[in-house]
Amino acid sequence: MISLTSPIETRAHSWSAGLKLTVLCLSTVFLYSIDNLYIEIAFLVIVITLYALPGNIFLRFGLSKLRILWPFILVVLLWHWWISELLLGTSIIIRMIAAFALANLVTMTTKLSDMIDVVHFLARPLERFGLNPRILELAIALVIRMTPVLLHKGQGLTLAWRARSRRRPGWRIILPFTLLALDDADHVAEALKARGGLTNLEKK
Amino acid sequence: MEKNIAYIALFAAMIAALGLIPKLTLAFGVPITAQSLGIMLCGTILGARRGALAVLLFLLLVALGLPLLSGGRGGLGVFVSATAGFLLAWPLSAFVTGFIVEKWRSASLTLVAAIASVIGGILVMYLFGIIGMAIVLEKTLIEAAGFITAFIPGDIIKAIMAGLLTSAVAKARPASVLSRPASNIAS
Repeated sequence: MISLTSPIETRAHSWSAGLKLTVLCLSTVFLYSIDNLYIEIAFLVIVITLYALPGNIFLRFGLSKLRILWPFILVVLLWHWWISELLLGTSIIIRMIAAFALANLVTMTTKLSDMIDVVHFLARPLERFGLNPRILELAIALVIRMTPVLLHKGQGLTLAWRARSRRRPGWRIILPFTLLALDDADHVAEALKARGGLTNLEKK
Repeated sequence: MEKNIAYIALFAAMIAALGLIPKLTLAFGVPITAQSLGIMLCGTILGARRGALAVLLFLLLVALGLPLLSGGRGGLGVFVSATAGFLLAWPLSAFVTGFIVEKWRSASLTLVAAIASVIGGILVMYLFGIIGMAIVLEKTLIEAAGFITAFIPGDIIKAIMAGLLTSAVAKARPASVLSRPASNIAS
């Protein structure tokens, strides 16, 4: 499965994921605690500069991810234009773009395996409450493996529908889709049991 | 235990797959997809605890950087965007939906699952979603609510579908409806 990590290797890829996440948390809190348009603009400029540093392709890939924000930008702008508080509206928009862009930057420069290591680290204290980090990792792996499988089966259902009807397949395929997922879940459960089950996992 | 893990993981994968099915987008950016139907089904089929865990697992993978949200969105950015409140409400939505289906056994499963989906999947979700939007966009709750009421009719349709699907699943795979362990073909 394609992750959102950038294929272009940047220097930030080798930095510690935990450090990047900590800096992200602190800077987002900082961004939402200040109330100064100039600092917000400076913040946004710094974030965009960070995007530009690894080169043109990285910059364009990163900026294309910001496109999903435009409906909100439009709504906020129109609203604040309507109540004649355009300056406040601009500040809200800049803050929203900067926070979103910075968070995405961390995602783009951190490999999935590094993120999973962070989850492992954070889940360790939860062991006392009965959550085995290995079971969590197994669950993560199962979702990553089964999502394309389910998607493939869903596409199969859609094709089967198209072969028989001129109307578009809609909600009607969701029932067989759910049943397929449930059957897969039963098979996976049986397969896990057959391989020694989760108790085996805990012993390792 | 194996069954719990498999069901939780498969439902998390199902939420992801439902997001990649062609979507029924209404106005604005808040995408109306089958994904919120998936949240409702997590509650109605898996029950409160397992349903909430499946949704949490799904959100964890989104946070890790997998593009599993509808429209191929994902990563940490979505948790600070204007719709973050909706995402953070999802586990609670599934929990409340599942809790109602587990406890309310006197009416037909179709009706119970549909009403539970309205309460968990719409009331709870919009409550958090509106609060989140009000914070990020610096609006009052009423203003934020005004931006998104257009989506409620679509979600009501999805809640009704969740009810119908749950009772259909209960007939086809009675042992799989974990929210009602003692089977309930009578619905």
